[in-house]
Amino acid sequence: MADTTTRAKLRWGLIDVIVVVFALVPVLWIASLSFKTPATLTDGKFWPREWTLDNYRSIFDTDQFVRALVNSIGIALIATLIAVVLGAMAAYAISRLDFPGKRLLVGVSLLIAMFPQVSLVSPLFEIERQLGLFDTWPGLILPYITFALPLAIYTLSAFFKQIPWDLEKAAKMDGATQAQAFRRVIAPLAAPGLFTTAILVFIFCWNDFLFAITLTSTERARTVPVALSFFTGESQFEDPTGAICAAAVVITIPIILFVLFFQRRIVSGLTSGAVKG
Amino acid sequence: MSRRAPLSENKKAERKLGWLLCAPAALVMVLVTAYPIIYSVWLSLQRFDLRFPDQREFIGLENYVTVLSNEFWWTAFGVTMLITVVTVAVELVLGMGLALVMHRTLVGRGIVRTAALIPYGIVTVVAAFSWRYAWTPGTGYLANLFDGSAPLTERASSLAIIMLAEIWKTTPFMALLLMAGLALVPEDLLKAASTDGATAWQRFTKVMLPVMKPAILVALLFRTLDAFRVFDNIFVLTNGGNETSSVSMLAYNNLIRGLNLGIGSTMSVLIFITVAIIAFVFVKLFGTAAPGSDDGERR
Amino acid sequence: MADIVLDKVSKSFPDGTVAVQDVDLEIADGEFVILVGPSGCGKSTTLNMIAGLEDISSGELRIGGQRVNDKAPRDRDIAMVFQSYALYPNMTVRENMAFPLRLAKLDKATIDQKVDEAAKVLELTSLLDRKPANLSGGQRQRVAMGRAIVRQPKAFLMDEPLSNLDAKLRVQMRTVVSRLQKKLGTTTVYVTHDQTEAMTLGDRVVIMRGGAIQQVGPPQELYDHPRNLFVAGFIGSPSMNFLHAAVEDGKLRTALGDVPIGDRIRRELEGADAPRELILGIRPEHFEDAELIDDEARARGMEFTAPADIVESMGSDKYVYFTVEGQRASAAELEELAADAGADFSGGGGNLVTRLSAESPVQEGEDRRVWFNLEKIHLFDPSNGRNLTLHEGRSAGTLGD
Repeated sequence: MADTTTRAKLRWGLIDVIVVVFALVPVLWIASLSFKTPATLTDGKFWPREWTLDNYRSIFDTDQFVRALVNSIGIALIATLIAVVLGAMAAYAISRLDFPGKRLLVGVSLLIAMFPQVSLVSPLFEIERQLGLFDTWPGLILPYITFALPLAIYTLSAFFKQIPWDLEKAAKMDGATQAQAFRRVIAPLAAPGLFTTAILVFIFCWNDFLFAITLTSTERARTVPVALSFFTGESQFEDPTGAICAAAVVITIPIILFVLFFQRRIVSGLTSGAVKG
Repeated sequence: MSRRAPLSENKKAERKLGWLLCAPAALVMVLVTAYPIIYSVWLSLQRFDLRFPDQREFIGLENYVTVLSNEFWWTAFGVTMLITVVTVAVELVLGMGLALVMHRTLVGRGIVRTAALIPYGIVTVVAAFSWRYAWTPGTGYLANLFDGSAPLTERASSLAIIMLAEIWKTTPFMALLLMAGLALVPEDLLKAASTDGATAWQRFTKVMLPVMKPAILVALLFRTLDAFRVFDNIFVLTNGGNETSSVSMLAYNNLIRGLNLGIGSTMSVLIFITVAIIAFVFVKLFGTAAPGSDDGERR
Repeated sequence: MADIVLDKVSKSFPDGTVAVQDVDLEIADGEFVILVGPSGCGKSTTLNMIAGLEDISSGELRIGGQRVNDKAPRDRDIAMVFQSYALYPNMTVRENMAFPLRLAKLDKATIDQKVDEAAKVLELTSLLDRKPANLSGGQRQRVAMGRAIVRQPKAFLMDEPLSNLDAKLRVQMRTVVSRLQKKLGTTTVYVTHDQTEAMTLGDRVVIMRGGAIQQVGPPQELYDHPRNLFVAGFIGSPSMNFLHAAVEDGKLRTALGDVPIGDRIRRELEGADAPRELILGIRPEHFEDAELIDDEARARGMEFTAPADIVESMGSDKYVYFTVEGQRASAAELEELAADAGADFSGGGGNLVTRLSAESPVQEGEDRRVWFNLEKIHLFDPSNGRNLTLHEGRSAGTLGD
């Protein structure tokens, strides 16, 4: 018996290694490129032979990247905050209150989750130009909130539904108003769910490329993924590969941190939304 | 319903609160999607090129005729369909495997799950650059495996790389959705099946798959619609060269590079209709219970 | 402190189902009233309407003389104990108990003093700084009680507060609840599906079925004088035996022999539309081993012989199960009771449960002569369940009057 379990463990271990390698190689590769010197950049080796931080220095020297980073962080944070607040309100109503139109809201948000975003690109481009929102933070925040809301609503309703319903009744019996019941009893219990949802929504906003490239035209609102694709060899004659890779690594760091520290939460958030709330 | 008692203060307050809480979310979602899509129908019926704003006029369905009789559109449509079908099929198989690994592995479950989340979380553009450089002759570790040929300059190999990048990026998401389904398979059911003499394969096909069916359908639906939107990877990897444009790519090119709002909007509307048809077929074909469709009853 | 009056209170849902229908109930100040019935009988809905957690569709609810139909729970000044205890998991025991007081904006010193008092009464003092997750079931239950008593409300509402406890603890907590209620003298409405709890706890018991009140009264009265078949079958453990009885020649033909009937009952049965088929009900303790009966008692009852299937010796007495021939008693009420018990109802033409003296030498498998008390039997009309032996609120067996 002991022998078979050891063998099973070995087999699983091997499979694990394959999965981990498959998942990590592209990330390691771009990190490796970012540390290569211009001379060794085209040697085709997976690991750098000479290490350098010049690529990082160069991108932080340019306004182009720093501005984009500020835009990315600002836009993603604001959109996340608003989406989670609005999503929490709606999810609370959906999971806890009885009112006509609830199913409609759930249906609409489901439709939006499946909505082809590219279909909005042309009209939004025109509308935002007319409203003066084109190439501004709000111009990106608005569509981000819209497409993050279904995610937020589903994940949060799933979390809210796990909170025992009796607690709210108990709070009401203890003399709380509906608002107090929410703030003092439900909200503290929902905090982990809110946090998880915030991470998922942030990743979504952080990731977007389509809206960012169509609804911005200058450094005013351009986010890092877009800025990356516009990198040109900064005054130098060499290609921008090193700089692109360094910038790519910088915007990957928050994702890696989230994944490392909140793996369990992210998995539970994604799966709870999937197995109907 | 007919003889309903007048609503008490309590009930009215609950309704009001419900509407109040949902209003902002609903308003944003509808304003940013419904209005633009209607507006884009209106735009698609006009000749509207921002380079020649004076020529703006109502032309009926002419834009649709232009687009639908254009071979670029159909090439892009074909490319999009191909990418969608192939990637979703491969992801389903790989995702199921990964889901099983994440769900059942005896060792290092946390590590596997963490590693699998990295492709999910990483910015698509970053991953796309990684793949691009990997296949760039001279620079890339993968390109060198093939004697320094340049796969991203040829159509077939470019498409293969685009699909590889897509699959790498989204398989974990598929796997997570499927894992949620796996968690619903009762452990006792599997034990019962194995005491009844079922092999591992039979347990998988006869016990697990039927229980997981709803989760699989939901995952397929979401991934199909998502795959249909493919844009980022193509933009970075080939920029649509060598006839590798997807419909999204084409719409983008007409809008931002061509500044042709009329044609761009026409494509937007066509893509919207295609996606609606795909979703409709899915729901009809499988009668899939969309997530949240059973929301509403709270007791 | 206050009285609670339900005046034709009904609850119907938008889809047309009626959960509670025209409930009239006056609960006196300080009274301990139990709502009991099988699941789905409307008892919890009734309680939730009193609490204000569910709307009243029609009728009026008054607490302390004031109409409160449209008042939010917080404005009714009543406390509730939930089946799941509903303790706030993010708060300590102290914070849980202080919560209603903090919402009422009492000052900190008063809150501390009241919480400490309540904790002392419920022996929770040493647990005050723990979180609910670190408490046993019984402790959680006491915290839930503590949270209710701490603010001295007009009334307590308890929704099956003991049903999540194991059997032994439940018996223990029953006395705690009972003692607490007597000490505080607060009006209490207590919902349970357990008839033993109902019998032992309340001043008065309200038996509900299908959203309507069946009978209200002190436990002993319900036991001795059930108004209908449902109450008779619901109250008592083991429950009453029900046998089919045909009215023939002024007698009742039953599996236990021909049962004589008194004048009053006979008159009732002489009406044109009077039922020809009845249901005879006898409680297990109204049987006795015929050997142990004195002559005087023998005259008040009758005897039959049947094979004893199973003998369960309880020490103080013996439960003996007999098989008797004859038709099974059938009525909608009996089926409902059987469904609620999750088993076939013992009674009818099948098994007879009797409770005989411990001295009875009865052996399993032997035919035994058994006596039963004619003064204690009940007769029910199977079509509507009415107890025919009940006269002016009392029942006196078939021979009465």
